[in-house]
Amino acid sequence: MGEWSAALRPVLRNRLVLFGTGLVAGMVVLATLAGVVAPYDPTEMKMADALKAPSAAHLFGTDRFGRDVLSRTIHGSRIALGVAGSSIALAFTAGTLLGLVGGYVGSWPDLAIGRVMDVFFSFPTLILAVAISAMLGPGLNNAALAIAVVYAPLFSRVARGPVIAERAKDHVVAALGLGAGTFRVVFRHILPNVLAPLIVQASVSLAFAILIEASLSYLGLGTQPPDPSWGTMLNEGRTYLETAPWMSIFPGLAIMIAVFGFNLLGDGLRDTLDPQLRGR
Amino acid sequence: MGRYALVRALSILPTLFGVSLAVFLLIRLIPGTVVDQLIGTEGAYSEETKRALEAFFGLDVPIHVQYVRWAGQLLRGDLGTSWRTGLPVIQMIASRLDVTVELTLGAMLVALAVGVPLGILSAGRENTVLDHVVRVGSLFSLSIPVFWQATMLILAASLWLDWAPAVDFVGLFQDPRKNLAMMTLPSVALGTAVAAVFMRMTRSSLLEVMRQDYIRTARSKGLAERGVVWGHALKNSLIPLITVAGVQVGYLLGGVVVTEEVFTLPGVGRLVLWAVFQRDYPVVQGTILFISALFMLSNLVVDLIYAYVDPRIHYG
Repeated sequence: MGEWSAALRPVLRNRLVLFGTGLVAGMVVLATLAGVVAPYDPTEMKMADALKAPSAAHLFGTDRFGRDVLSRTIHGSRIALGVAGSSIALAFTAGTLLGLVGGYVGSWPDLAIGRVMDVFFSFPTLILAVAISAMLGPGLNNAALAIAVVYAPLFSRVARGPVIAERAKDHVVAALGLGAGTFRVVFRHILPNVLAPLIVQASVSLAFAILIEASLSYLGLGTQPPDPSWGTMLNEGRTYLETAPWMSIFPGLAIMIAVFGFNLLGDGLRDTLDPQLRGR
Repeated sequence: MGRYALVRALSILPTLFGVSLAVFLLIRLIPGTVVDQLIGTEGAYSEETKRALEAFFGLDVPIHVQYVRWAGQLLRGDLGTSWRTGLPVIQMIASRLDVTVELTLGAMLVALAVGVPLGILSAGRENTVLDHVVRVGSLFSLSIPVFWQATMLILAASLWLDWAPAVDFVGLFQDPRKNLAMMTLPSVALGTAVAAVFMRMTRSSLLEVMRQDYIRTARSKGLAERGVVWGHALKNSLIPLITVAGVQVGYLLGGVVVTEEVFTLPGVGRLVLWAVFQRDYPVVQGTILFISALFMLSNLVVDLIYAYVDPRIHYG
Protein backbone atom coordinates (compact mmCIF):
# COMPACT_ATOMS: atom_id res chain seq x y z
CA MET A 1 0.00 0.00 0.00
CA GLY A 2 2.91 2.29 0.89
CA GLU A 3 4.45 1.83 -2.56
CA TRP A 4 1.15 2.65 -4.26
CA SER A 5 0.58 5.81 -2.25
CA ALA A 6 4.16 6.90 -2.99
CA ALA A 7 3.55 6.29 -6.69
CA LEU A 8 0.25 8.14 -6.62
CA ARG A 9 1.58 11.22 -4.82
CA PRO A 10 3.04 12.94 -7.91
CA VAL A 11 -0.11 11.99 -9.84
CA LEU A 12 -2.29 13.76 -7.30
CA ARG A 13 -0.03 16.84 -7.41
CA ASN A 14 -0.70 17.27 -11.14
CA ARG A 15 -3.56 19.76 -11.44
CA LEU A 16 -4.60 18.60 -14.92
CA VAL A 17 -4.87 15.02 -13.69
CA LEU A 18 -6.98 16.20 -10.79
CA PHE A 19 -9.24 18.14 -13.13
CA GLY A 20 -9.48 15.14 -15.49
CA THR A 21 -10.20 12.85 -12.53
CA GLY A 22 -12.90 15.26 -11.39
CA LEU A 23 -14.56 15.23 -14.81
CA VAL A 24 -14.41 11.43 -15.03
CA ALA A 25 -15.64 11.00 -11.46
CA GLY A 26 -18.49 13.43 -12.11
CA MET A 27 -19.44 11.46 -15.21
CA VAL A 28 -19.37 8.17 -13.29
CA VAL A 29 -21.55 9.61 -10.51
CA LEU A 30 -23.98 11.00 -13.11
CA ALA A 31 -24.15 7.65 -14.89
CA THR A 32 -24.69 5.77 -11.63
CA LEU A 33 -27.40 8.12 -10.38
CA ALA A 34 -28.95 8.76 -13.80
CA GLY A 35 -32.31 7.37 -12.70
CA VAL A 36 -32.41 9.78 -9.74
CA VAL A 37 -30.78 12.86 -11.29
CA ALA A 38 -32.57 12.91 -14.68
CA PRO A 39 -35.76 14.99 -14.42
CA TYR A 40 -37.74 12.83 -16.89
CA ASP A 41 -37.89 9.29 -18.25
CA PRO A 42 -35.42 9.36 -21.20
CA THR A 43 -37.67 7.30 -23.48
CA GLU A 44 -41.02 8.82 -22.54
CA MET A 45 -42.64 10.44 -25.60
CA LYS A 46 -44.86 13.53 -25.36
CA MET A 47 -45.71 14.64 -28.87
CA ALA A 48 -47.29 17.84 -27.55
CA ASP A 49 -43.83 18.88 -26.27
CA ALA A 50 -41.96 17.97 -29.49
CA LEU A 51 -39.00 20.17 -30.52
CA LYS A 52 -39.39 22.62 -27.60
CA ALA A 53 -36.45 25.01 -27.17
CA PRO A 54 -34.50 24.96 -23.88
CA SER A 55 -36.62 26.34 -21.02
CA ALA A 56 -37.00 26.01 -17.26
CA ALA A 57 -39.08 22.85 -17.75
CA HIS A 58 -36.63 21.31 -20.22
CA LEU A 59 -33.14 22.79 -19.68
CA PHE A 60 -31.72 21.18 -22.87
CA GLY A 61 -35.02 21.35 -24.82
CA THR A 62 -36.89 18.36 -26.26
CA ASP A 63 -36.48 16.18 -29.35
CA ARG A 64 -38.90 15.34 -32.16
CA PHE A 65 -40.83 12.94 -29.92
CA GLY A 66 -41.02 15.41 -27.05
CA ARG A 67 -38.39 13.49 -25.05
CA ASP A 68 -36.30 15.54 -22.61
CA VAL A 69 -32.82 16.06 -24.10
CA LEU A 70 -31.23 16.64 -20.66
CA SER A 71 -32.56 13.32 -19.32
CA ARG A 72 -31.43 11.53 -22.47
CA THR A 73 -27.99 13.15 -22.24
CA ILE A 74 -27.65 12.09 -18.58
CA HIS A 75 -28.73 8.52 -19.39
CA GLY A 76 -26.42 8.58 -22.42
CA SER A 77 -23.47 8.71 -20.01
CA ARG A 78 -24.41 5.21 -18.84
CA ILE A 79 -24.15 3.83 -22.35
CA ALA A 80 -20.95 5.74 -23.15
CA LEU A 81 -19.16 4.70 -19.96
CA GLY A 82 -20.67 1.20 -20.02
CA VAL A 83 -19.57 0.45 -23.58
CA ALA A 84 -16.19 2.15 -23.19
CA GLY A 85 -15.52 0.52 -19.81
CA SER A 86 -16.53 -3.00 -20.83
CA SER A 87 -14.79 -2.87 -24.21
CA ILE A 88 -11.52 -1.53 -22.78
CA ALA A 89 -11.66 -4.01 -19.88
CA LEU A 90 -11.99 -6.80 -22.44
CA ALA A 91 -9.25 -5.35 -24.66
CA PHE A 92 -7.01 -4.82 -21.60
CA THR A 93 -7.44 -8.41 -20.42
CA ALA A 94 -7.10 -10.10 -23.81
CA GLY A 95 -4.31 -7.81 -25.04
CA THR A 96 -2.31 -8.04 -21.80
CA LEU A 97 -2.59 -11.84 -21.79
CA LEU A 98 -1.37 -11.98 -25.39
CA GLY A 99 1.46 -9.58 -24.57
CA LEU A 100 2.43 -11.67 -21.52
CA VAL A 101 2.44 -14.89 -23.54
CA GLY A 102 4.35 -13.36 -26.46
CA GLY A 103 6.87 -11.52 -24.28
CA TYR A 104 7.46 -14.33 -21.76
CA VAL A 105 7.41 -17.39 -24.01
CA GLY A 106 9.08 -15.75 -27.03
CA SER A 107 9.89 -17.99 -29.99
CA TRP A 108 7.09 -18.91 -32.42
CA PRO A 109 4.10 -17.94 -30.20
CA ASP A 110 5.56 -14.42 -29.96
CA LEU A 111 6.13 -14.33 -33.72
CA ALA A 112 2.63 -15.61 -34.48
CA ILE A 113 0.96 -13.13 -32.07
CA GLY A 114 3.11 -10.31 -33.49
CA ARG A 115 2.13 -11.07 -37.10
CA VAL A 116 -1.59 -11.26 -36.25
CA MET A 117 -1.33 -7.96 -34.40
CA ASP A 118 0.42 -6.42 -37.43
CA VAL A 119 -2.62 -7.35 -39.51
CA PHE A 120 -4.95 -5.60 -37.05
CA PHE A 121 -2.74 -2.51 -37.06
CA SER A 122 -3.01 -2.37 -40.86
CA PHE A 123 -6.66 -1.35 -40.66
CA PRO A 124 -7.56 2.25 -39.82
CA THR A 125 -9.22 2.02 -36.37
CA LEU A 126 -12.69 3.25 -37.30
CA ILE A 127 -12.73 1.20 -40.51
CA LEU A 128 -11.97 -1.95 -38.49
CA ALA A 129 -14.69 -1.08 -35.97
CA VAL A 130 -17.18 -0.47 -38.82
CA ALA A 131 -16.18 -3.75 -40.48
CA ILE A 132 -16.62 -5.78 -37.28
CA SER A 133 -19.91 -4.06 -36.45
CA ALA A 134 -21.09 -4.76 -39.99
CA MET A 135 -20.20 -8.41 -39.50
CA LEU A 136 -21.80 -8.77 -36.06
CA GLY A 137 -24.80 -6.53 -36.82
CA PRO A 138 -25.78 -3.25 -35.15
CA GLY A 139 -26.23 -3.16 -31.37
CA LEU A 140 -24.72 -2.11 -28.06
CA ASN A 141 -22.92 -5.38 -27.21
CA ASN A 142 -21.58 -5.82 -30.72
CA ALA A 143 -20.23 -2.25 -30.71
CA ALA A 144 -18.46 -3.01 -27.40
CA LEU A 145 -17.02 -6.22 -28.87
CA ALA A 146 -15.88 -4.37 -32.02
CA ILE A 147 -14.07 -1.74 -29.92
CA ALA A 148 -12.46 -4.48 -27.79
CA VAL A 149 -11.14 -6.25 -30.91
CA VAL A 150 -9.79 -2.95 -32.23
CA TYR A 151 -7.93 -2.10 -29.00
CA ALA A 152 -6.69 -5.53 -27.82
CA PRO A 153 -3.66 -5.47 -30.19
CA LEU A 154 -2.59 -2.12 -28.73
CA PHE A 155 -2.53 -3.51 -25.18
CA SER A 156 -0.69 -6.58 -26.42
CA ARG A 157 2.02 -4.43 -27.97
CA VAL A 158 2.26 -2.12 -24.94
CA ALA A 159 2.62 -5.14 -22.60
CA ARG A 160 5.08 -7.19 -24.65
CA GLY A 161 8.13 -4.90 -24.50
CA PRO A 162 8.17 -4.38 -20.71
CA VAL A 163 7.51 -8.13 -20.20
CA ILE A 164 10.64 -8.98 -22.21
CA ALA A 165 12.66 -6.47 -20.16
CA GLU A 166 11.22 -7.72 -16.87
CA ARG A 167 11.80 -11.42 -17.71
CA ALA A 168 15.57 -10.85 -17.76
CA LYS A 169 15.69 -9.09 -14.37
CA ASP A 170 17.32 -10.65 -11.32
CA HIS A 171 14.16 -10.92 -9.22
CA VAL A 172 12.46 -13.00 -11.93
CA VAL A 173 15.52 -15.20 -12.44
CA ALA A 174 15.69 -15.63 -8.64
CA ALA A 175 12.00 -16.58 -8.44
CA LEU A 176 12.49 -19.15 -11.19
CA GLY A 177 15.63 -20.45 -9.43
CA LEU A 178 13.63 -20.90 -6.22
CA GLY A 179 11.25 -23.13 -8.13
CA ALA A 180 8.34 -20.77 -8.73
CA GLY A 181 6.01 -21.97 -11.48
CA THR A 182 5.46 -20.06 -14.74
CA PHE A 183 1.98 -18.93 -13.68
CA ARG A 184 3.30 -17.51 -10.40
CA VAL A 185 6.28 -15.82 -12.06
CA VAL A 186 4.15 -14.21 -14.76
CA PHE A 187 1.27 -13.01 -12.60
CA ARG A 188 3.13 -12.34 -9.32
CA HIS A 189 6.54 -11.11 -10.43
CA ILE A 190 6.12 -9.72 -13.96
CA LEU A 191 2.55 -8.41 -14.36
CA PRO A 192 2.60 -5.96 -11.41
CA ASN A 193 5.79 -4.41 -12.78
CA VAL A 194 4.44 -3.84 -16.29
CA LEU A 195 1.06 -2.39 -15.24
CA ALA A 196 1.99 1.33 -15.35
CA PRO A 197 2.12 1.77 -19.15
CA LEU A 198 -0.99 -0.42 -19.48
CA ILE A 199 -2.94 1.79 -17.06
CA VAL A 200 -1.92 4.89 -19.02
CA GLN A 201 -2.93 3.17 -22.25
CA ALA A 202 -6.28 2.18 -20.73
CA SER A 203 -7.06 5.74 -19.74
CA VAL A 204 -6.27 7.12 -23.22
CA SER A 205 -8.10 4.20 -24.88
CA LEU A 206 -11.22 4.89 -22.81
CA ALA A 207 -11.35 8.34 -24.41
CA PHE A 208 -11.09 6.87 -27.91
CA ALA A 209 -13.57 4.10 -27.06
CA ILE A 210 -16.18 6.74 -26.17
CA LEU A 211 -15.47 8.45 -29.51
CA ILE A 212 -15.74 5.20 -31.47
CA GLU A 213 -18.96 4.12 -29.73
CA ALA A 214 -20.44 7.55 -30.50
CA SER A 215 -19.23 7.33 -34.11
CA LEU A 216 -20.68 3.83 -34.60
CA SER A 217 -24.00 4.89 -33.03
CA TYR A 218 -24.02 8.05 -35.14
CA LEU A 219 -23.53 5.93 -38.26
CA GLY A 220 -26.36 3.63 -37.16
CA LEU A 221 -24.08 0.69 -36.32
CA GLY A 222 -23.96 1.03 -32.53
CA THR A 223 -26.71 1.64 -30.01
CA GLN A 224 -30.15 1.50 -31.60
CA PRO A 225 -33.08 3.85 -30.90
CA PRO A 226 -34.85 4.48 -28.57
CA ASP A 227 -31.81 3.94 -26.27
CA PRO A 228 -30.29 7.34 -25.55
CA SER A 229 -26.71 6.98 -26.82
CA TRP A 230 -25.01 10.33 -27.48
CA GLY A 231 -24.11 9.24 -31.02
CA THR A 232 -27.68 8.13 -31.76
CA MET A 233 -29.01 11.41 -30.37
CA LEU A 234 -26.67 13.36 -32.69
CA ASN A 235 -27.82 11.26 -35.62
CA GLU A 236 -31.46 12.03 -34.78
CA GLY A 237 -30.62 15.72 -34.45
CA ARG A 238 -29.16 15.97 -37.97
CA THR A 239 -32.53 16.47 -39.64
CA TYR A 240 -33.45 19.23 -37.21
CA LEU A 241 -30.13 21.06 -37.20
CA GLU A 242 -31.59 24.45 -38.15
CA THR A 243 -34.94 24.18 -36.37
CA ALA A 244 -33.83 22.40 -33.17
CA PRO A 245 -30.01 22.75 -32.86
CA TRP A 246 -30.15 21.86 -29.12
CA MET A 247 -30.76 18.25 -30.17
CA SER A 248 -27.23 18.25 -31.63
CA ILE A 249 -25.40 20.68 -29.36
CA PHE A 250 -25.85 19.06 -25.91
CA PRO A 251 -25.05 15.39 -26.67
CA GLY A 252 -21.95 16.56 -28.56
CA LEU A 253 -20.83 18.67 -25.61
CA ALA A 254 -21.33 15.65 -23.34
CA ILE A 255 -19.10 13.49 -25.57
CA MET A 256 -16.48 16.20 -25.64
CA ILE A 257 -16.41 16.66 -21.85
CA ALA A 258 -16.21 12.91 -21.20
CA VAL A 259 -13.43 12.40 -23.75
CA PHE A 260 -11.59 15.49 -22.50
CA GLY A 261 -11.69 14.13 -18.94
CA PHE A 262 -10.14 10.80 -19.96
CA ASN A 263 -7.59 12.56 -22.20
CA LEU A 264 -6.49 14.84 -19.35
CA LEU A 265 -6.27 11.88 -17.00
CA GLY A 266 -4.31 9.79 -19.50
CA ASP A 267 -1.98 12.64 -20.39
CA GLY A 268 -1.31 13.46 -16.76
CA LEU A 269 -0.76 9.82 -15.81
CA ARG A 270 1.65 9.42 -18.73
CA ASP A 271 3.55 12.53 -17.63
CA THR A 272 3.76 11.33 -14.05
CA LEU A 273 4.40 7.62 -14.56
CA ASP A 274 6.98 8.20 -17.30
CA PRO A 275 9.32 10.90 -15.97
CA GLN A 276 11.13 11.10 -19.34
CA LEU A 277 7.97 12.52 -20.89
CA ARG A 278 7.24 15.00 -18.11
CA GLY A 279 6.35 18.42 -19.46
CA ARG A 280 6.35 17.34 -23.09
CA MET B 1 18.76 3.42 -49.31
CA GLY B 2 17.98 1.15 -52.30
CA ARG B 3 18.37 -1.98 -50.16
CA TYR B 4 16.29 -0.46 -47.35
CA ALA B 5 13.52 0.48 -49.79
CA LEU B 6 13.46 -3.05 -51.23
CA VAL B 7 13.46 -4.82 -47.85
CA ARG B 8 10.81 -2.45 -46.46
CA ALA B 9 8.61 -2.87 -49.54
CA LEU B 10 8.89 -6.67 -49.35
CA SER B 11 8.08 -6.62 -45.63
CA ILE B 12 4.51 -5.53 -46.31
CA LEU B 13 3.79 -8.67 -48.34
CA PRO B 14 3.15 -11.03 -45.36
CA THR B 15 0.99 -8.36 -43.69
CA LEU B 16 -0.89 -7.79 -46.93
CA PHE B 17 -1.51 -11.55 -47.09
CA GLY B 18 -2.80 -11.45 -43.49
CA VAL B 19 -5.03 -8.47 -44.26
CA SER B 20 -6.48 -10.22 -47.31
CA LEU B 21 -7.13 -13.31 -45.18
CA ALA B 22 -8.84 -11.22 -42.48
CA VAL B 23 -11.04 -9.44 -45.03
CA PHE B 24 -11.83 -12.76 -46.71
CA LEU B 25 -12.86 -14.29 -43.39
CA LEU B 26 -14.85 -11.18 -42.45
CA ILE B 27 -17.95 -12.13 -44.39
CA ARG B 28 -17.48 -15.82 -43.73
CA LEU B 29 -17.54 -15.35 -39.95
CA ILE B 30 -20.99 -13.78 -40.06
CA PRO B 31 -23.35 -15.93 -37.95
CA GLY B 32 -24.97 -18.30 -40.42
CA THR B 33 -23.72 -17.51 -43.91
CA VAL B 34 -23.95 -14.43 -46.07
CA VAL B 35 -26.68 -16.19 -48.01
CA ASP B 36 -28.73 -16.88 -44.86
CA GLN B 37 -28.39 -13.20 -43.96
CA LEU B 38 -29.45 -12.09 -47.42
CA ILE B 39 -32.43 -14.33 -47.83
CA GLY B 40 -33.43 -13.44 -44.30
CA THR B 41 -33.79 -9.83 -45.39
CA GLU B 42 -35.22 -10.49 -48.83
CA GLY B 43 -38.29 -12.44 -47.70
CA ALA B 44 -39.53 -15.42 -49.76
CA TYR B 45 -36.90 -17.70 -51.30
CA SER B 46 -36.53 -21.18 -52.70
CA GLU B 47 -33.77 -23.78 -52.23
CA GLU B 48 -32.82 -23.09 -55.83
CA THR B 49 -32.34 -19.39 -55.05
CA LYS B 50 -30.24 -20.33 -52.04
CA ARG B 51 -28.02 -22.64 -54.14
CA ALA B 52 -27.70 -19.95 -56.84
CA LEU B 53 -26.67 -17.37 -54.25
CA GLU B 54 -24.14 -19.78 -52.73
CA ALA B 55 -22.69 -20.34 -56.19
CA PHE B 56 -22.67 -16.57 -56.80
CA PHE B 57 -20.62 -16.01 -53.64
CA GLY B 58 -18.49 -19.07 -54.39
CA LEU B 59 -19.61 -20.64 -51.10
CA ASP B 60 -20.33 -23.99 -52.77
CA VAL B 61 -16.67 -25.07 -52.62
CA PRO B 62 -14.31 -25.71 -49.63
CA ILE B 63 -13.08 -22.58 -47.87
CA HIS B 64 -9.42 -22.86 -48.92
CA VAL B 65 -10.50 -23.15 -52.56
CA GLN B 66 -12.68 -20.06 -52.03
CA TYR B 67 -9.67 -18.11 -50.73
CA VAL B 68 -7.35 -19.20 -53.54
CA ARG B 69 -9.97 -18.19 -56.11
CA TRP B 70 -10.58 -14.86 -54.40
CA ALA B 71 -6.86 -14.11 -54.00
CA GLY B 72 -6.32 -14.99 -57.67
CA GLN B 73 -9.00 -12.45 -58.60
CA LEU B 74 -7.32 -9.86 -56.38
CA LEU B 75 -3.95 -10.38 -58.04
CA ARG B 76 -5.63 -9.63 -61.37
CA GLY B 77 -6.96 -6.37 -59.86
CA ASP B 78 -10.49 -7.73 -59.59
CA LEU B 79 -12.15 -6.84 -56.26
CA GLY B 80 -15.39 -8.62 -57.21
CA THR B 81 -18.78 -7.42 -58.38
CA SER B 82 -21.34 -5.45 -56.41
CA TRP B 83 -24.28 -7.61 -55.42
CA ARG B 84 -26.62 -4.61 -55.59
CA THR B 85 -25.45 -2.64 -58.63
CA GLY B 86 -23.78 -5.34 -60.74
CA LEU B 87 -20.80 -2.99 -61.22
CA PRO B 88 -17.19 -4.05 -60.62
CA VAL B 89 -16.19 -2.98 -57.08
CA ILE B 90 -12.93 -1.48 -58.35
CA GLN B 91 -14.92 0.73 -60.73
CA MET B 92 -17.19 1.89 -57.90
CA ILE B 93 -14.12 2.77 -55.81
CA ALA B 94 -12.29 4.49 -58.70
CA SER B 95 -15.25 6.75 -59.44
CA ARG B 96 -15.26 7.99 -55.82
CA LEU B 97 -11.56 8.01 -55.07
CA ASP B 98 -10.89 11.65 -56.07
CA VAL B 99 -13.28 12.90 -53.35
CA THR B 100 -11.64 10.82 -50.61
CA VAL B 101 -8.07 11.63 -51.70
CA GLU B 102 -8.86 15.35 -51.86
CA LEU B 103 -10.52 15.27 -48.43
CA THR B 104 -7.63 13.35 -46.87
CA LEU B 105 -4.99 15.64 -48.39
CA GLY B 106 -7.02 18.75 -47.50
CA ALA B 107 -7.31 17.60 -43.87
CA MET B 108 -3.58 16.82 -43.76
CA LEU B 109 -2.84 20.31 -45.12
CA VAL B 110 -5.07 21.93 -42.47
CA ALA B 111 -3.39 19.82 -39.77
CA LEU B 112 0.12 20.80 -40.88
CA ALA B 113 -0.75 24.48 -41.38
CA VAL B 114 -2.26 24.76 -37.89
CA GLY B 115 -0.42 22.12 -35.84
CA VAL B 116 3.23 22.77 -36.73
CA PRO B 117 3.27 26.58 -36.18
CA LEU B 118 1.36 26.17 -32.89
CA GLY B 119 3.85 23.50 -31.79
CA ILE B 120 6.77 25.81 -32.56
CA LEU B 121 5.08 28.68 -30.74
CA SER B 122 4.34 26.50 -27.71
CA ALA B 123 7.87 25.10 -27.51
CA GLY B 124 9.38 28.57 -27.86
CA ARG B 125 7.42 29.71 -24.81
CA GLU B 126 7.72 26.57 -22.70
CA ASN B 127 5.82 26.63 -19.40
CA THR B 128 4.29 30.08 -20.04
CA VAL B 129 0.55 30.75 -19.99
CA LEU B 130 0.50 30.60 -23.81
CA ASP B 131 2.18 27.17 -23.73
CA HIS B 132 -0.38 25.83 -21.25
CA VAL B 133 -3.29 27.28 -23.25
CA VAL B 134 -2.02 25.70 -26.48
CA ARG B 135 -1.40 22.32 -24.79
CA VAL B 136 -4.79 22.15 -23.10
CA GLY B 137 -6.38 23.45 -26.33
CA SER B 138 -4.77 20.61 -28.27
CA LEU B 139 -6.14 18.03 -25.80
CA PHE B 140 -9.53 19.68 -26.16
CA SER B 141 -9.32 19.44 -29.97
CA LEU B 142 -8.50 15.74 -29.63
CA SER B 143 -11.70 15.32 -27.64
CA ILE B 144 -14.10 16.71 -30.24
CA PRO B 145 -15.85 14.01 -32.28
CA VAL B 146 -15.31 14.64 -36.00
CA PHE B 147 -19.00 14.30 -36.80
CA TRP B 148 -20.05 16.72 -34.08
CA GLN B 149 -17.49 19.31 -35.09
CA ALA B 150 -18.66 18.87 -38.69
CA THR B 151 -22.28 19.33 -37.61
CA MET B 152 -21.43 22.46 -35.62
CA LEU B 153 -19.44 23.89 -38.56
CA ILE B 154 -22.44 23.31 -40.84
CA LEU B 155 -24.72 24.98 -38.27
CA ALA B 156 -22.40 28.00 -37.92
CA ALA B 157 -21.89 28.30 -41.68
CA SER B 158 -25.61 28.06 -42.37
CA LEU B 159 -26.41 30.70 -39.73
CA TRP B 160 -23.70 33.20 -40.57
CA LEU B 161 -22.65 32.50 -44.16
CA ASP B 162 -25.89 31.09 -45.56
CA TRP B 163 -23.84 28.02 -46.57
CA ALA B 164 -25.19 24.49 -46.91
CA PRO B 165 -23.54 21.20 -47.88
CA ALA B 166 -23.72 20.87 -51.67
CA VAL B 167 -26.11 18.39 -53.19
CA ASP B 168 -23.97 17.63 -56.25
CA PHE B 169 -20.24 17.19 -55.95
CA VAL B 170 -18.06 19.24 -58.33
CA GLY B 171 -14.51 18.02 -59.02
CA LEU B 172 -11.42 20.11 -58.30
CA PHE B 173 -10.46 20.35 -61.96
CA GLN B 174 -14.05 20.87 -63.09
CA ASP B 175 -14.62 24.04 -61.08
CA PRO B 176 -11.82 24.73 -58.57
CA ARG B 177 -13.64 27.59 -56.84
CA LYS B 178 -16.86 25.69 -56.25
CA ASN B 179 -14.90 22.59 -55.27
CA LEU B 180 -12.85 24.47 -52.65
CA ALA B 181 -16.00 26.09 -51.26
CA MET B 182 -17.34 22.56 -50.83
CA MET B 183 -14.23 20.91 -49.39
CA THR B 184 -12.90 23.55 -46.98
CA LEU B 185 -15.24 22.84 -44.05
CA PRO B 186 -14.95 19.03 -44.32
CA SER B 187 -11.14 19.36 -44.41
CA VAL B 188 -11.17 21.59 -41.33
CA ALA B 189 -13.49 19.20 -39.45
CA LEU B 190 -11.38 16.17 -40.30
CA GLY B 191 -8.01 17.88 -39.83
CA THR B 192 -8.56 19.44 -36.39
CA ALA B 193 -7.70 16.39 -34.28
CA VAL B 194 -4.64 15.65 -36.43
CA ALA B 195 -3.54 19.29 -36.03
CA ALA B 196 -3.60 18.71 -32.27
CA VAL B 197 -1.42 15.60 -32.65
CA PHE B 198 1.04 17.51 -34.88
CA MET B 199 1.15 20.38 -32.43
CA ARG B 200 2.01 18.07 -29.53
CA MET B 201 4.61 16.19 -31.55
CA THR B 202 6.27 19.35 -32.92
CA ARG B 203 6.43 20.84 -29.43
CA SER B 204 7.93 17.79 -27.72
CA SER B 205 10.34 17.10 -30.57
CA LEU B 206 11.53 20.71 -30.72
CA LEU B 207 12.06 20.80 -26.93
CA GLU B 208 14.04 17.56 -27.18
CA VAL B 209 16.28 18.95 -29.94
CA MET B 210 16.74 22.26 -28.10
CA ARG B 211 18.44 20.32 -25.27
CA GLN B 212 21.06 18.82 -27.59
CA ASP B 213 24.73 19.78 -27.41
CA TYR B 214 24.88 21.26 -30.91
CA ILE B 215 22.16 23.74 -29.99
CA ARG B 216 24.16 24.76 -26.92
CA THR B 217 27.15 25.23 -29.22
CA ALA B 218 25.10 27.39 -31.61
CA ARG B 219 23.94 29.52 -28.68
CA SER B 220 27.43 29.84 -27.23
CA LYS B 221 28.66 31.09 -30.62
CA GLY B 222 26.35 34.03 -29.99
CA LEU B 223 23.65 33.08 -32.49
CA ALA B 224 20.28 34.76 -31.87
CA GLU B 225 17.51 32.51 -30.51
CA ARG B 226 15.50 32.91 -33.74
CA GLY B 227 18.51 31.71 -35.75
CA VAL B 228 19.02 28.75 -33.38
CA VAL B 229 15.40 27.63 -33.74
CA TRP B 230 14.89 28.22 -37.45
CA GLY B 231 18.41 27.50 -38.67
CA HIS B 232 19.40 24.53 -36.50
CA ALA B 233 16.63 23.01 -34.37
CA LEU B 234 13.53 23.02 -36.53
CA LYS B 235 14.75 20.85 -39.41
CA ASN B 236 15.80 18.00 -37.13
CA SER B 237 12.78 18.32 -34.88
CA LEU B 238 10.39 17.87 -37.80
CA ILE B 239 11.79 14.43 -38.74
CA PRO B 240 9.69 12.48 -36.18
CA LEU B 241 6.65 14.33 -37.55
CA ILE B 242 6.97 12.28 -40.74
CA THR B 243 6.28 9.04 -38.83
CA VAL B 244 3.39 10.61 -36.93
CA ALA B 245 1.95 11.85 -40.23
CA GLY B 246 2.01 8.25 -41.51
CA VAL B 247 0.06 6.99 -38.50
CA GLN B 248 -2.40 9.86 -38.81
CA VAL B 249 -3.23 8.86 -42.40
CA GLY B 250 -4.98 5.88 -40.78
CA TYR B 251 -7.03 8.22 -38.59
CA LEU B 252 -7.93 10.34 -41.61
CA LEU B 253 -8.92 7.31 -43.72
CA GLY B 254 -11.22 6.18 -40.90
CA GLY B 255 -12.47 9.72 -40.38
CA VAL B 256 -13.51 10.12 -44.01
CA VAL B 257 -16.36 7.67 -43.36
CA VAL B 258 -18.07 10.01 -40.90
CA THR B 259 -16.97 13.25 -42.55
CA GLU B 260 -18.27 12.21 -45.97
CA GLU B 261 -21.50 11.06 -44.34
CA VAL B 262 -22.07 14.40 -42.53
CA PHE B 263 -21.20 16.54 -45.56
CA THR B 264 -22.89 14.13 -48.03
CA LEU B 265 -19.69 13.82 -50.08
CA PRO B 266 -19.72 10.94 -52.57
CA GLY B 267 -16.41 9.33 -51.55
CA VAL B 268 -15.14 5.85 -50.73
CA GLY B 269 -16.02 6.33 -47.02
CA ARG B 270 -19.71 6.73 -47.82
CA LEU B 271 -19.46 3.78 -50.18
CA VAL B 272 -18.33 1.62 -47.23
CA LEU B 273 -21.40 2.68 -45.24
CA TRP B 274 -23.73 2.25 -48.17
CA ALA B 275 -22.39 -1.26 -48.72
CA VAL B 276 -22.73 -2.12 -45.01
CA PHE B 277 -26.38 -1.06 -44.90
CA GLN B 278 -27.17 -2.68 -48.25
CA ARG B 279 -25.44 -5.88 -47.08
CA ASP B 280 -23.45 -5.68 -50.31
CA TYR B 281 -20.64 -7.86 -48.98
CA PRO B 282 -18.37 -7.84 -52.05
CA VAL B 283 -18.32 -4.02 -51.84
CA VAL B 284 -17.73 -4.14 -48.04
CA GLN B 285 -14.79 -6.52 -48.59
CA GLY B 286 -13.42 -4.57 -51.55
CA THR B 287 -13.58 -1.12 -49.97
CA ILE B 288 -12.12 -2.23 -46.64
CA LEU B 289 -9.30 -4.08 -48.36
CA PHE B 290 -8.66 -1.08 -50.60
CA ILE B 291 -8.56 1.40 -47.70
CA SER B 292 -6.24 -0.85 -45.68
CA ALA B 293 -3.92 -1.31 -48.67
CA LEU B 294 -3.90 2.47 -49.10
CA PHE B 295 -2.98 2.85 -45.41
CA MET B 296 -0.16 0.30 -45.71
CA LEU B 297 1.10 2.00 -48.86
CA SER B 298 1.10 5.41 -47.17
CA ASN B 299 3.07 3.93 -44.25
CA LEU B 300 5.57 2.48 -46.72
CA VAL B 301 5.98 5.87 -48.44
CA VAL B 302 6.38 7.56 -45.04
CA ASP B 303 9.10 5.06 -44.00
CA LEU B 304 10.93 5.62 -47.28
CA ILE B 305 10.77 9.41 -46.88
CA TYR B 306 12.02 8.99 -43.31
CA ALA B 307 14.95 6.88 -44.50
CA TYR B 308 15.72 9.49 -47.15
CA VAL B 309 15.77 12.45 -44.75
CA ASP B 310 17.48 10.55 -41.93
CA PRO B 311 20.48 8.62 -43.32
CA ARG B 312 20.97 6.77 -40.01
CA ILE B 313 17.98 4.55 -40.90
CA HIS B 314 19.01 1.41 -42.77
CA TYR B 315 18.64 -2.36 -42.76
CA GLY B 316 21.63 -4.63 -42.11
